[in-house]
Amino acid sequence: MRDGGGTTKGIAVRGVSKVFDAAAAAVRALDDVSVTIHENEFFTLLGPSGCGKTTLLRLIAGFESPSAGEILLDGAPLAHLPPFRRPVNTVFQNYALFPHMSVMENVAFGLEMLGKPKREIEKTVNDMLRLVRMEELRDRATNKISGGQQQRVALARALAPRPKVLLLDEPLSALDLKLRKEMQIELKRLQKDTGITFVFVTHDQEEALTMSDRVAVMSQGKILQVGSPREIYEHPAKRFVADFIGETNYLEAEIVASGHGQAQIRLSSGAQIAASLPEGGRLTGKVTVVVRPEHASLTLDAAKATFSGRLENIVYFGTDTHYHVRLADGSLFTVRMQNARGHEETDRINAEVGVILAENAAQVLRD
Amino acid sequence: MAALDLEPDPDRRPLTIASTAERGAIRRRWFLTAPALLVLILAASGPLLIVLAYSFLKAGAYGGVVWEFSGEAWFKVVFQRDIFDGTMSYADAHLSILWRSIKLSFLTTILAVALGFPTAYFIATRPPRTRNLWMFLITIPFWTNLLIRTFAIMEVIRNEGIVNTVLMSLGIIDEPIQMMYTNFAIALGMVYVYLPLMVLPIYASMEKLDFRLVEAGYDLYATRIRVFTRVIIPLVKPGIVAGFILVFIPALGAYVTPRILGGGKNMMLGNLIELQFGQGRNWPLGAALSITLLAIVMIALIVYVRGTRRAAGDHG
Amino acid sequence: MARGARLRRPFSIKRQPGFTAIALFCFFALYAPIIVLVVYSFNSGNSIAVWEGFSWRWYRSAWENDLVIEAATRSLIIALCASLAATTLATMAALGTTRTRPYRGLTVVYALINQPLMVPEIVTGVALLIFFALIKVATGYTGLLYLITAHTAFCIPFAYLPIRARLEGMDLALETAAADLYATPWRAFRRVTLPLLWPGIMAGGVLAFVISLDDVVITELVKSAGQETLPTYMLGQLRRVITPEINAISSVLLAISVLIVSVFFAFSRKGD
Repeated sequence: MRDGGGTTKGIAVRGVSKVFDAAAAAVRALDDVSVTIHENEFFTLLGPSGCGKTTLLRLIAGFESPSAGEILLDGAPLAHLPPFRRPVNTVFQNYALFPHMSVMENVAFGLEMLGKPKREIEKTVNDMLRLVRMEELRDRATNKISGGQQQRVALARALAPRPKVLLLDEPLSALDLKLRKEMQIELKRLQKDTGITFVFVTHDQEEALTMSDRVAVMSQGKILQVGSPREIYEHPAKRFVADFIGETNYLEAEIVASGHGQAQIRLSSGAQIAASLPEGGRLTGKVTVVVRPEHASLTLDAAKATFSGRLENIVYFGTDTHYHVRLADGSLFTVRMQNARGHEETDRINAEVGVILAENAAQVLRD
Repeated sequence: MAALDLEPDPDRRPLTIASTAERGAIRRRWFLTAPALLVLILAASGPLLIVLAYSFLKAGAYGGVVWEFSGEAWFKVVFQRDIFDGTMSYADAHLSILWRSIKLSFLTTILAVALGFPTAYFIATRPPRTRNLWMFLITIPFWTNLLIRTFAIMEVIRNEGIVNTVLMSLGIIDEPIQMMYTNFAIALGMVYVYLPLMVLPIYASMEKLDFRLVEAGYDLYATRIRVFTRVIIPLVKPGIVAGFILVFIPALGAYVTPRILGGGKNMMLGNLIELQFGQGRNWPLGAALSITLLAIVMIALIVYVRGTRRAAGDHG
Repeated sequence: MARGARLRRPFSIKRQPGFTAIALFCFFALYAPIIVLVVYSFNSGNSIAVWEGFSWRWYRSAWENDLVIEAATRSLIIALCASLAATTLATMAALGTTRTRPYRGLTVVYALINQPLMVPEIVTGVALLIFFALIKVATGYTGLLYLITAHTAFCIPFAYLPIRARLEGMDLALETAAADLYATPWRAFRRVTLPLLWPGIMAGGVLAFVISLDDVVITELVKSAGQETLPTYMLGQLRRVITPEINAISSVLLAISVLIVSVFFAFSRKGD
């Protein structure tokens, strides 16, 4: 809220809650959410289904109104504006292309509603269709084109009125893997070319990490952490964030000394290592530490090891291999190592192995 | 019907006060629905209450009613008083008509199932391309005037009709077989006119039948008959029950078919009711008989709704 | 039919012995009487059983029969007015009852709308006879409005069902998308909802028209003296000596029904 000053460009969400009054019970879809989305930013709301990310999107678009709190666009409150007066457009999950209109008519719809002159509409539609590379199919019916093409039309339609903000509600979820990868790059390109703020909703962590400038991780109606993809991945502040994005090892530890966002911690094996502290986390006592599997490696030299355990299982993944190490306290620790050419797989199951943590591998959690 | 279960619980107060937008939506909803409801209340539901009221009035001498409370009409539905000594006995004429209505409606429904089920099965197992054509062929009679179809049956079975003419010219019979004005004619006519009403719902549930389940049945050593009785019938039962209701109810209230094919002697309830408003000139009795018919129909519907609810509950 | 385990032909999962025969018999039985009826409408003789040669005689006779033309005109007027009114009301009602969270009173609304489908026609007819008799005494009006009102009422559920089905199958996101693209609620309705709903409205209107055109029972009870429609006229004629003229009228009605059902099929397919 502090950074959501009244005159800032972009979207400021301030203390927004949304309660759905369903037949059975009230559902709190959003719980006192505050976040600022900057102008020209590719901002992603990431979370499992039901976490409230789509609700937040619909509140920004104006399809729902908040039960509490307010949303500002470029410093002006949106509350009194119906969706058709907001300079915000949406790419819907299943595209919601008008089935009784051609590709061109779909793209022209918003401009027409805004009462733009015919010549301008024609020009903008052509520009947009060129932008998404759909010029040849302009007269097609929207149910006669492929899913990827529908996706492009939906994008063109939402971009045509030049909105200040483009909202994208899981737009890639209906596409197959290959097309999804292509569209990820395409979307990123469009965002750069148009300079429009993109607010992107997804439950796919990889999508979030590859495309976004910043990511907000959501769970149960709350935003848990906001940061760049690297921050989110390498320095998760909460167990949920660490869990939801990538694979994670958890270690119990105690803080020995701390300061300037860094701490010396003692692991249950007795080893002392350096670790990053989360913002607003505790500075002493028992904590949980996360280590990504690729930030650790195996060794047979016990002297070099941070701690050791028994190698229980080896899982081959093609590009890399996962080693499951059973630690002395009974927990399982996973190490991921890249498969080098010529590297020989030796069967060392049940052998005692040492685990080396890379520098800065350990991140202390807030919860 | 499902809406019944979704009715909001009145004890549970809404947790948020409806916003102005929501209140606007509610007003718009009623504004849109009200005109249709008004017409329906005026010209369908409301008058039923007047019928109920009339059944408790005295009959006027030349039709109409005298505005005086009387249980006479309801009494007459079941009993009759001897005109000479005033002794009471059951109104055989009314009861036999009621009994005939129920009997013929059941018979019609059973025959319609026996013919309609195989027909629906046949259509459902056609390849998709020809299936629509067969459906079209079933739909055409469905939307063809009932009067015309009854009339077509009449032309076929009457004494000078094509069946008798052909049989006589072939020398198989010397005299025409009297088929018109019999219970047989009514049942035949009703099966003929209501058969599409049986085929359509059965087809609708048959269409959803997953034939992999039939394959599973055969795979688990069921014979053709057992697959039929243990797998197919239970799965399309909702369609059969719906067809049963769709045929039974209009058959029970049938008017045109028994009037044309049954004649004056073989009346059904619908004809008896109409008679009271025509030559019979006993409006209260007609009203009481109407309410009786309505009550039987409602009972059938309630049994049906209960049954389908329970079935839905079993599987849900 | 394959019998037991001997398998005289390859085993078919879908075959049930005798079903095809019964089905084909049913189709034959459904159409044979209608075909006979149509064939004898072209009989040059007076009989509807003895064929005496082809002629248009009875069609000409029906065409020149003022009573028939008058009844046919009245039928058309009633059916047009009633189906137009019923379709309009049903469209509004469908918009008011679908795609909202269930609200209090919705059950009653459904019950009211479907009531004409559940209550036997003869009972509705009797009820309207009594009700309209009261109004006739009170107002002295004996015109066609009674029949039109009655027909409108029982046509509403037939018009309502296909429209509601269409609405329920319509993606709510489409109207949301229109609103997102700066369409006011009215323009969203005009440009998106209505065009997409149109096949349903047409189907509903066509059904209502056919239902009204075919009605016998309620019309017979509600009509004032001299207000014959084509079906009630035909019903009245059955008491007299039957000539192929009735067949000719029936055949024309039949042709109209087939035509309309074909149109209906075409419309209900469109956009699926």
